[in-house]
Amino acid sequence: MQAFRYRQPKSVDAALENSGRFLAGGTTLIDLMKLNVETPQQIVDINLLPLDRIEATADGSLKVGALVRNSDLANHSEIKAQYAVLSLALLSGASPQLRNMATTAGNLLQRTRCYYFRDTNYPCNKRQPGTGCAAIDGLNRIHAILGTSDQCVATHPSDMAVAMMALEAVVHTRGAKGERTIALEDFYLVPGQTPHRENVLEPGELITHVTLPKLAEGTKSYYLKLRDRAQYEFALSSAAIVVEAKGGHIKRVRVALGGVGTKPWRSHEAERVLTGKDATPENFHAAAEAALQGAKPLRDNAFKVELAKRALVRAMTVATQAA
Amino acid sequence: MSTSSTSSVIGASVTRVDGRLKVTGAARYAVDHPIENVAYGYGVSSTIANGKITQIDTSAAERMPGVLAILHHGNTDPLFRTAGPLQPNSRPSESRPPFEDDVVYYYGQFVALVVANTFEQAQDAAFHVKVTYDEKKPLVHLDDVPAPAGPPVKNYTRGKADEAFESAPVKIDETYITPVETHNPMEMHGTIAVWNGDKVTLYETSQGVMNHQGVMSEMLGVPLDRVQVISPFCGSGFGGKLFPWPHSLLAAMAARRLDRPVKVSVPRALMFTTVGHRPLTRQRVRLGATPDGKLTAIIHDVLNHTSHTDDIMENCTEPTPLLYSCPNVAAAQRLVKLNVGTPTPMRGPGACPGLFALESALDELAVKMKIDPLDLRLRNYAEIDESEGHPFSSKHLREAYQAGAERFGWSKRTPGIGSMRKGDEILGWGVGTATWSAGRGAAEVRVRLMADGTARASSATQDIGTGTYTVFAQVVSDKTGIPVERIEVVLGDSSLPPGPTSGGSTATASVLPAISAASTAAIEALLKASVRADQSPFKGADPATLAMTAGRVHVKEKSPETGIPFEQILKMSRLAALEGNGKSVPSHEAHKVTAQSFGAHFVEVAWDPGIARLRVSRVLSVFDVGRVINQKTARNQILGAVVMGIGMGMFEETIYDPRNGKPINNNFADYIVSTNADIPELDCIFLDYPDSAMGEYGARGIGEIGLTGVAPAMAMATYHATGVRVRELPIRIEKLMQRGMA
Ligand SMILES: Cc1cc2nc3c(=O)[nH]c(=O)nc-3n(C[C@H](O)[C@H](O)[C@H](O)COP(=O)(O)OP(=O)(O)OC[C@H]3O[C@@H](n4cnc5c(N)ncnc54)[C@H](O)[C@@H]3O)c2cc1C
Ligand code: SF4
Repeated sequence: MQAFRYRQPKSVDAALENSGRFLAGGTTLIDLMKLNVETPQQIVDINLLPLDRIEATADGSLKVGALVRNSDLANHSEIKAQYAVLSLALLSGASPQLRNMATTAGNLLQRTRCYYFRDTNYPCNKRQPGTGCAAIDGLNRIHAILGTSDQCVATHPSDMAVAMMALEAVVHTRGAKGERTIALEDFYLVPGQTPHRENVLEPGELITHVTLPKLAEGTKSYYLKLRDRAQYEFALSSAAIVVEAKGGHIKRVRVALGGVGTKPWRSHEAERVLTGKDATPENFHAAAEAALQGAKPLRDNAFKVELAKRALVRAMTVATQAA
Repeated sequence: MSTSSTSSVIGASVTRVDGRLKVTGAARYAVDHPIENVAYGYGVSSTIANGKITQIDTSAAERMPGVLAILHHGNTDPLFRTAGPLQPNSRPSESRPPFEDDVVYYYGQFVALVVANTFEQAQDAAFHVKVTYDEKKPLVHLDDVPAPAGPPVKNYTRGKADEAFESAPVKIDETYITPVETHNPMEMHGTIAVWNGDKVTLYETSQGVMNHQGVMSEMLGVPLDRVQVISPFCGSGFGGKLFPWPHSLLAAMAARRLDRPVKVSVPRALMFTTVGHRPLTRQRVRLGATPDGKLTAIIHDVLNHTSHTDDIMENCTEPTPLLYSCPNVAAAQRLVKLNVGTPTPMRGPGACPGLFALESALDELAVKMKIDPLDLRLRNYAEIDESEGHPFSSKHLREAYQAGAERFGWSKRTPGIGSMRKGDEILGWGVGTATWSAGRGAAEVRVRLMADGTARASSATQDIGTGTYTVFAQVVSDKTGIPVERIEVVLGDSSLPPGPTSGGSTATASVLPAISAASTAAIEALLKASVRADQSPFKGADPATLAMTAGRVHVKEKSPETGIPFEQILKMSRLAALEGNGKSVPSHEAHKVTAQSFGAHFVEVAWDPGIARLRVSRVLSVFDVGRVINQKTARNQILGAVVMGIGMGMFEETIYDPRNGKPINNNFADYIVSTNADIPELDCIFLDYPDSAMGEYGARGIGEIGLTGVAPAMAMATYHATGVRVRELPIRIEKLMQRGMA
């Protein structure tokens, strides 16, 4: 880790005046600094900013501060009652110790666990544009099958963001150009030819909070995460479902997949298959097929195509049983 | 149960005497020792696995703040090799001393050491040392190299195995693979080296302080009495800390060069490269059987990798000749050299991967013949050790199978694949035989009875987390009647009377007779003092008429209450203390019996085919390990081993990048071990038959055996549930998804 300057502003305005990397829980940033993958000159510790509250808003949506810890969010009564998918996703992630540190904004912005991104001895287009991708011909069991390019095949590893995708969350920011509101769906970028650009944030732009839109009465949700061991492992495949169903009939549904995409993967294809249909195994399977239509497996991760389908089918089954 | 022990402290459930120190953080591990003016060493390790160093550019690093020295093969004092078998306590892990030359044999090999005033300075400077290499393509997988020609490194035969196999009516011929596994104890390796004139003190985390002292003496080229190794606590080793690794030498070498204490701790990432691992094994097993399931041939061929610097055989065939009754057995082992670091024993070495193959093959035979797998084992039960042609000293495996089957409910097992259900999940049941040889080495122990009413026992062995401190206190308490709380045990210091390495599950069995003898010697001295002291009520008596019980000296025929506390005798004699020394001698073959432990694991897995999720849902382990000295620590060993076994079965695998030999999952997020959430309720039964071949206490070892047999039982249960036979560990999701979507 190289030496850096450290600032700890007390207000959002002061934070925006300092250029440097924002430090929230530090579970991604410090980790990568120790590996010399991140080498910021200046750290702007934002932990004193008043961004740690969960509040209801006038329009019925829920406002989640950027600094709300993952464990607090997961265990918040309103989240558990109304946004079960989010609570489940958060609790399936990392470990209790990490969740106690990790924040909402930090979680959205966590970096990939691609082995080669984390080791400066390897070529990696995401870390160092133009050097190549060590994963495409390397060991790539944990890599993505959706949204990949010939430049990068890394997954976005967040569970929380997958649930938020299905909840159609909205990201609120402040930066040099003032405030912005960005639908989470438009927030992430697929790698294309610029894998080092993972989202639409401008340098120095601060996430202040995320809003979760109010869900229609009777909406049910569920998050299912599949992996080798039962806890403390990133998803090999996961599915987030938010569904409005009545008498076995699906009125509206939102589907997102984790562990398989270069970004938290919203599947409009699956949603189209399911909307207006009955909640039957056949329809779930058809939706799973549609969701994975464009999958491009690599040498070691072909099983993820099937695994993602199974996650989707099971999550739909559970979510609609609950409905 | 017949033993000569008098108290109930042996075999009781005794809480670890060092437990409080550990949970409060007061126990000092290797790099915790506060050493004044210590400098920090941080290794630069190779980023290639095969080739030569062409240049080490230290110019940028040298100018960085706090940097004191950058040592490498071009600028350091020579180190030496060890004499190995020519000398006692002479086994290093890697026979090549660090920085011996410019050759790189494996990824992660130390190529330089940066020493600086702080850890952070050393680490950052190490990142700025630029090493250039002449790189050759590394070979890091068994498939990369042709099978070795030439004779095997180990070859066992009895009868005519090939012929018997050829003519057998029923045959199994399968190949099994176990991956590289990394020990990963919680406490990482580390050393602080402190020179005082020509004497060096090493604060270590070691499973063998005596061997460590011997090796360091030889490799540093200083006399044995100028080396002291101190390792009071060890955050476990699992075999990885049996023999010294290069970082220990680097610390000593740097401290000598700088004339300043140097601390080198091995970061987690390097735990995967520079401090050993269980090697990859490829094992072909051929079984021949009669139509009624009697084995007629066992042929077990093993290949494991080793490094280019050392030949380490993973002794997978160790149990093969004696586990089952079979007239024709052939077992051979071969090695191939790969560009990986030197392998080293890992808990249950040999037997763990070996039994995965042998027990799996036996299950395949059971399936083929439609015989219950437990029944097949009973049909081939070895009444004697057929490899030696003489009896086992104490074998109760049949009872272990039966007790386990009863508690587990084995008779309810239906053989069909996927035929057992619980709710929405499919259950699979498997059984695996466990075994481990029982040995005993030499040991010396000193016991001191003190005038303040306490006792002290010491030996240059060490407690690696298994409970050795507690066993010492228990035996001294058993002999003297002094309560465990008043007995101080001092271990982990090479200047104490020589004790055994904590390896091969032999430490407890080795030290028991020595502690007992030392206690007895101390008591004898005390009784003699009792008849000499002027104010002693026993003055002039024959010491042979006296005894020490419950911490009191008394006339043998009378109750302890009629006597006086032992410390009174010492005070009357104006003695600070009286000591006794005791020795154990190695068990030798003269006995014409085989001392061997056995056990059986019964495993249930739950399989959810819809989402390809397999979880272990129940494990019962039944063990025949001789007498159990401490129920609590013994149980802890078995349950801990089962946890590790579940990891071996389903999770653990060190994966090398074929391009540069790097273990890509070299951290605890990517190297998957069992978490609490993966572990169901575990149950364990000890049969507790003392083994008279093991001396007074009749205890055999218990550290390794618990891990043997778990993985094959899991593979068997997995087959029973899913119909997929996994012959290559670990049992991963993708291997179970071969069958279409359920
Ligand atoms: C061992 C391990 C296992 C894990 N397992 C999982 C898992 O299973 N599932 C999962 O989802 N996650 C997992 N994680 C990732 C974890 O969830 C993230 O590290 C965490 O959420 C990041 O949050 P943080 O607050 O610590 O972020 P930080 O490390 O503080 O910041 C991360 C990034 O976000 C930026 N940032 C932070 N706050 C703001 C803001 N308000 N505005 C703009 N930029 C900001 C920082 O500058 C930095 O670039 C794991 C992490 C580890 C280390
Ligand atoms: S997959 Fe992406 S992150 Fe991984 S090495 Fe390739 S470019 Fe880098």
